[in-house]
Amino acid sequence: MSNNDKLSKEHEKIISPTRQIMEKFKHNKLAMAGFISFGLLLLVIVGAQAYIHLTNYDLANVDISQKYMKPSMQHLFGTDAQGRDLFLRVLAGGWISIQVGLLSTILSIVLGVSIGATAGFFGGKIDTLIMRGTEIVSSFPFLAIAMTISAIFMDLDAQLRLYLIIFILGFLRWTGLARMVRGQILSLREQEFIVATRALGISSFNQITKHLIPNVLTYVIVSGTLTFAGAILTESSLSYLGLSVTEPIPTWGRLISLSAKNAIVMTNYWWTWIFPGLALFILIMSINVIGEGLRDAVDPKSQYVTKEQRIRLKEKRKREKERQKRRKLAKAAM
Amino acid sequence: MKTNENLLEIRNLHTYFFTNKGTIKAVNGVDMEIQRGRTLGVVGESGSGKSITSFSILRLIEDPGDIVDGSIMFDGQELLDYTEDEMRAIRGNEISMIFQEPMTSLNPVLKIGEQLGEPLILHQGMDKKEAWARSIELLREVKIPEPEGVVHNYPHQLSGGMRQRVMIAMALACEPKLLIADEPTTALDVTIQAQIFNLMNDLKKKHNTAILFITHDLGAIAELADDVVVMYTGEAVEKAPVEILFSKISKFSHPYKEGLLKSIPKLNEEVEYLDQIDGSVPHPLNLPIGCRFAPRCKFATQKCIDEKPNLVEVEPNHLIRCFYPNKEQRDGK
Repeated sequence: MSNNDKLSKEHEKIISPTRQIMEKFKHNKLAMAGFISFGLLLLVIVGAQAYIHLTNYDLANVDISQKYMKPSMQHLFGTDAQGRDLFLRVLAGGWISIQVGLLSTILSIVLGVSIGATAGFFGGKIDTLIMRGTEIVSSFPFLAIAMTISAIFMDLDAQLRLYLIIFILGFLRWTGLARMVRGQILSLREQEFIVATRALGISSFNQITKHLIPNVLTYVIVSGTLTFAGAILTESSLSYLGLSVTEPIPTWGRLISLSAKNAIVMTNYWWTWIFPGLALFILIMSINVIGEGLRDAVDPKSQYVTKEQRIRLKEKRKREKERQKRRKLAKAAM
Repeated sequence: MKTNENLLEIRNLHTYFFTNKGTIKAVNGVDMEIQRGRTLGVVGESGSGKSITSFSILRLIEDPGDIVDGSIMFDGQELLDYTEDEMRAIRGNEISMIFQEPMTSLNPVLKIGEQLGEPLILHQGMDKKEAWARSIELLREVKIPEPEGVVHNYPHQLSGGMRQRVMIAMALACEPKLLIADEPTTALDVTIQAQIFNLMNDLKKKHNTAILFITHDLGAIAELADDVVVMYTGEAVEKAPVEILFSKISKFSHPYKEGLLKSIPKLNEEVEYLDQIDGSVPHPLNLPIGCRFAPRCKFATQKCIDEKPNLVEVEPNHLIRCFYPNKEQRDGK
């Protein structure tokens, strides 16, 4: 093999579409920052959850003598009105948020993709029927329904209420995704490769699952991240209103609402609301940044700049400046 | 031509599209037959119904289209009587198809090996490993260099010619009895076109596959086909073995085919303008009552406009749908 051959081989690295997206994502600084902060937050939350389970720590343990302690080494985030350690309570609330966000997102993706794909693939009457159904669901007043359902099942066990909230969030949020998937599949099914799969005798089910859905998966992932953030935020507002998981399990919205009950608590004991608020802010922000980064990475038209390219550009600009300087000098000498 | 030798026999096929503006008779009473190991070329302009004929054979006509009348006998079986499930077992297995656009006929998110293996798993009951190994063999058969690497590639990493080879490999995966090639080289350049033709000829000889070759390129027909059907507005206007169709000695010819032949640029003649057929293909909703070609035909008489000619055998194996099939008589008039 000649040297030339070897060179061309090395340059012809096989990069799958997924790999390309990962490369692009990696070179997006903001998205990576979001990814890292999300990862760290997740790690701490899971670690705290493990600690609570291993030591059988009681989140409901009340100690009035310790009430409203300022943040210190002993209580990193201080304590609340009942003298409970806020650090662990905030992290335990994060665990609820993550659970709600993740599970309801999975539920809405499963519903959205399968319903959207069915409508888009079969078209015609089935499409009309399904899409009208989707419109009905999407025109439900979300908060009112969530409040009503939650109020009906008020005296349910805390853990079961968690699943109820997940179900409500997931069930009311699939419509946007379904519409997007349907649109994509409507245009994809007219493409020649789908006609080709029909000419190969591949069944409708396999056409949808093996050929169509992989083609829309990137969009689904992007929209999934944004749904994830939205679900966490909605859960927080529900729990702020006291309609989500109830005591003794803490949630971020609940923690904030406890301190927001009166102005004295809010002004004098700032740590009771600032830490859960900050945690919520960081989580939502990092997820949204990841989502934006993914969207850019998935878009085939967007370009990314690698570190080497950035250095090369800098050098190029430098050389140009030097050249201009030299020309000026030459002109002056003339 | 004895009937029992025919692998595929299409009789009186009518495929209509029922649109809001009216019924479009895309294929209107076409007869054709293909024998094992032979190539039938179908030529015609855009909109002459040649692609619809091939889709009809595979029963891939979607609403609002439908096969209204006729019969498609494949290997002694009536395809039009098959259920959808039975039809699926035929598609890609006994009859397979190569498409016009190699660029878009492969799924962009699946590896070549996965796509090639799919019909094997489906029709031949292979497991994934066997299918993968067979895919490499198939790629080697269509003369793709380094098939072990290419199976791992995605379609966007291959050139147009390579993709068309992959499509051919996919179509041949289950060793079909009939291969339908719907303008397989339209999107490719001439050198690649020649390679693809050689490949198809080799494979035809090797597997004794019958090929239904659809094109608008008379040159390609001359190169590849054994028998030819010339189509115009959903009807066959001339049918003959390729030697007769292109022979200068034969006295008989359809004016439409004459026009097509004249509109091909020739290297050894210097002309200022290329001949062309005047007018355009009539709108499918507004077809002439008489001969479909009459409005564009130099030789048309009142009879052509009023009456519809039938497909008549003017000499052995040569059928023409024209009242004046004799070239000399026509020119003398």
